[in-house]
Amino acid sequence: MKFSESWLRSWVSPSISTQALVDQLTMAGLEVDAVEPVAGDFNGVVVGEIIAVAQHPDADKLRVCQVAGGADELTQVVCGAPNARVGIKIPFATVGASLPPGPDGKPFKIKRAKLRGVESFGMLCGQTELQAGEDDSGLWELPLNLVVGAELREALNLNDNIIEVDLTPNRSDCLSIRGLARETGVLNRTQVSEVTIEPVAATSDKRVDVNLGAGDACPRYVGRVISGVDLSRPSPQWLQERLRRSDVRSIDAVVDVTNYLLLELGQPMHAFDLGKLSGDVSVRLSNTGEKLTILGGQEVELNDSTLLITDKSGPIAMAGIMGGEPTSVTAETQDIFLESAFFNPLAIAGKARNYGLHTDSSHRFERGVDPDLCLLAMERATELLLQIVGGDAGPVVCAERAADLPAQRQVRLERSRIQSGLGFAMPDEEVLDILARLGLVLVDSDPQGWAFSVPSYRFDISIDADLLEELARIYGYNNLPTTDMRIPAVIGLQTETVLDGDRFDRQLIARGYQEAITYSFIDPKMHRLFSGEQPAVELLNPISADLSVMRTSLIPGLATALMHNVNRQQQRVRIFEKGLRFVPNGSETTQTQGIAGLIYGPREATSWTASKGDVDFYDIKGDLEALLELTARDISFQAGIRDYLHPGQTAEVVASGVVIGVVGALHPQLLRELGVSKAVFVFELDLAESLITEVPKFVPLSKFPEVSRDLAVVVGRQLEVSALQSAMAAVAGENLKNLKVFDVYSGEGIDPQRKSVAFNLTFQHPSRTLNEEEINASIAAVVQRLEEEFDASLR
Amino acid sequence: MDNLKELTLEALDLVANAQDLAALDSVRVNYLGKKGQLTALLKGLGKLSAEERPAAGAEINKAKVSVEAEIGSRKQALENAAIEAKLAAEKIDVTLGGRRAELGGAHPVTRTLKRIEEIFTAVGYKVAQGPEIEDDFHNFEALNIPSHHPARAMHDTFYVDATHVLRTHTSPVQVRTMRNKKPPIQVICPGRVYRCDSDLTHTPMFHQVEGLVVDKNISFADLKGTVDQFLKSFFEADVPVRFRPSYFPFTEPSAEVDIQCTNCSGEGCRICKNTGWLEVMGCGMVHPNVFDSCDIDATEFTGFAFGMGVERLAMLRYGVNDLRLFFENDLNFLKQF
Repeated sequence: MKFSESWLRSWVSPSISTQALVDQLTMAGLEVDAVEPVAGDFNGVVVGEIIAVAQHPDADKLRVCQVAGGADELTQVVCGAPNARVGIKIPFATVGASLPPGPDGKPFKIKRAKLRGVESFGMLCGQTELQAGEDDSGLWELPLNLVVGAELREALNLNDNIIEVDLTPNRSDCLSIRGLARETGVLNRTQVSEVTIEPVAATSDKRVDVNLGAGDACPRYVGRVISGVDLSRPSPQWLQERLRRSDVRSIDAVVDVTNYLLLELGQPMHAFDLGKLSGDVSVRLSNTGEKLTILGGQEVELNDSTLLITDKSGPIAMAGIMGGEPTSVTAETQDIFLESAFFNPLAIAGKARNYGLHTDSSHRFERGVDPDLCLLAMERATELLLQIVGGDAGPVVCAERAADLPAQRQVRLERSRIQSGLGFAMPDEEVLDILARLGLVLVDSDPQGWAFSVPSYRFDISIDADLLEELARIYGYNNLPTTDMRIPAVIGLQTETVLDGDRFDRQLIARGYQEAITYSFIDPKMHRLFSGEQPAVELLNPISADLSVMRTSLIPGLATALMHNVNRQQQRVRIFEKGLRFVPNGSETTQTQGIAGLIYGPREATSWTASKGDVDFYDIKGDLEALLELTARDISFQAGIRDYLHPGQTAEVVASGVVIGVVGALHPQLLRELGVSKAVFVFELDLAESLITEVPKFVPLSKFPEVSRDLAVVVGRQLEVSALQSAMAAVAGENLKNLKVFDVYSGEGIDPQRKSVAFNLTFQHPSRTLNEEEINASIAAVVQRLEEEFDASLR
Repeated sequence: MDNLKELTLEALDLVANAQDLAALDSVRVNYLGKKGQLTALLKGLGKLSAEERPAAGAEINKAKVSVEAEIGSRKQALENAAIEAKLAAEKIDVTLGGRRAELGGAHPVTRTLKRIEEIFTAVGYKVAQGPEIEDDFHNFEALNIPSHHPARAMHDTFYVDATHVLRTHTSPVQVRTMRNKKPPIQVICPGRVYRCDSDLTHTPMFHQVEGLVVDKNISFADLKGTVDQFLKSFFEADVPVRFRPSYFPFTEPSAEVDIQCTNCSGEGCRICKNTGWLEVMGCGMVHPNVFDSCDIDATEFTGFAFGMGVERLAMLRYGVNDLRLFFENDLNFLKQF
């Protein structure tokens, strides 16, 4: 909410500076977002009147004005504004005046000058030159009732600031000058001078009867007819100016007065054109399918639970949200029906949003408007309207369902709660003083605590914690004690069968991977490229079409990050990401943590020691193995198929018979669609599965020598070496300690359909030295098995 | 015997001129070996008379010792020279880079998250995590934000269907924790959160860490102490901290926390919008309605909760000036952390 400081100070004026006032509000929980002076820093500017205008002899666009308001009877000023004409009143910066600084930061001094040979004694100003508004089309045409020669700052009350408070939803009581004044008064122990509101006697008997048919949604509705209004009469300048400083545009006197009361007292009001109403007014809930054209011309189809103001013809307003267009006040309106009602926050909350609407009225009603304001606001509005547009007020019609009005709330506060909640025993006098200043009335007290009744405007106080907050707020959060907290030192079981997820990060980082964090929602096109028709969770209200589908894999995000970097001349990319994947599973979504990596470009970063060549499958597989080795689990790889991966370079990661991930080269077709020219390798693991590990189990060391043998065999080229290895391990006997592949060769000297694979076998016995015959027997068994099963030949 | 002197001089000359260990060794073999010339002289002693023999033997032995000594010292000299030569030959440019894999790095958000986690786990907090697609109950209802509540408008929620949202905060993890475990509870809940908002200072996804402490006699003073100590720890400085009353549906009393501007030390600058303060956290005492939703007896237990934006803290800590950089994953950005 924006308001003018001077308006607030007309209600309550503690003797503190603007800055102190603003700090005080912020520290009381009414956060001040901005403070802006109403006008720039200037002086020596008076209200001038143009008495005569003559064309400048040597310049088409300049005029020579004779201006009243300066020290002499008339002052000659040369002016280039298009609207300079006789009779208007304008800001007149006299010789010696100082105008707001320009971009150079120095005040602009007005001196006598010659413009194309004609003398000029001062300057006529526009709004922007005084930093008092946005209008830069010409001279600022001032209200004609201003006294010529008066100091402009005084005449227009420009020594004022516009303060913007960002109020939290609980403080609806401060959405008005009255509420802010009340709070300021509490904080400064200063008396608030309320505006005097006297009942305005009816001078006509015109009335509209009101029926309340919506239970506690609208338990009070005050209406009044004012007949014979003259809407050609504008609102007075002071009222328009107060509205303007609250960012409310002046429309006509009736709308201005209802807006003024919304700002002044916090009561949203509505005015209907009486001539367009038919019959009594009823408040009721809507029926599905009813329609209402609201102000601005939009036709709204209503759902079945919207609170309406209706007449014989049907809906005429969405209660507390917006009035209807057909019954709105226009320039031709002669009689008006004014509404000042209490709508229950629960009846309004969320409703405006359902229709995509948000108004100053709904903003207040859904947070809570004081039910005791209706009548007061009606009298105040009547008084102002009669002053401005004349007419005759009818009787106040107050429809009420007393039993449905919000009950008077009482809250009990135990003295011990203050100690346990705030951490110190606030003295009783302090407690009672703070709460009394806030308008809470002590209704009961005993040795354990007190009971207070809550003022009708404080919708946010209903339990003792709310009172604690009020005590803390007024006492000052920063004056409350601060303690070192004690946490019970309970030692639980420390697992060693699940790796800390950080271990993977650290391993990948040590191997040159940079961690990326990509959005969890991705472009549906990327989803389709990688996952085809696999279903994904779609957002109902995405921020944009290209961030609308929840990822089912981390790889599309990494690919997007790759393209971002390749487009910025990165030659070598190694990235990984950890995060949730969202896979639809019937009506549910399975959300599992994954970790994925991507490599691209040269195997090694540019260096004098670097080997040449780009990464291949075995680079990323090596990285993956280095990760999985941390888990001490038996992991194997098997050829697999994924649509987005190269069919000949894809492996599934298997642990305990379960596929826990995949590694491979992105499919060349996919690369073409992404516009990436070099091969890209990726892996993705289910994180929870991958972090499972085992507690190490000690095996006694053998004191006896190891024996190592090399064995090279030639086998079919398509044969998987892992199959050879398992067959060898199965027959080599229990003394085989290690089996490693140290060479794979195909090419010259080998049948092109075959390849040579060289193994190193290490044997060791735990309690004796192995003899030559035992080793030879093992090797022979291995060779025989390889020959029989794989058509292997020794090389 | 006559040529002893001659042979000795000859041998010493050869030793002095030996250019390598092999040459030196051949001198030794030729003069001192089993068939060496000086050795042969010893063998010829038998031809001398018994009177002459001792003197002549001593003479020859003296010559042998002198040659052996020369060989020894020459050998030492040659070995030293060889090492010198080897060292000289093996000198390399030690300023050239080593043979290694380039180091990667953690994302600055992860780095910041870890820092926050370390601070809290060091004093006994546990880390809790939860789903990011949440149901309405955990994200809103249980946190005292019913469907009509004006605070829902503050959240700019992404909807998945009528009853599921992308969590707008990590508070639902607190709800899940409280429903699964009885007090005492000290947890922090780090993770991704989502708001339907995107501009210079908002990204539709960001990270939060929220904390929750529930026990008997937990007070606002404990909350203040915890938050104050955390912020000083995080910024590694005795940074002034202030608490401002605020509003969150799930806490009462509620506070927003400011630190003195880290850029201008409170003087007022562009970063703190000339207020001298930077808003960094929200916090408060757990609202009794939240305890009710989690079956915790609000008359027996009290607690506090706090929450902070990780990107915001990372920006302040590392001086990052553009929020959007965090999710572009530009290597030139990532490699700075």
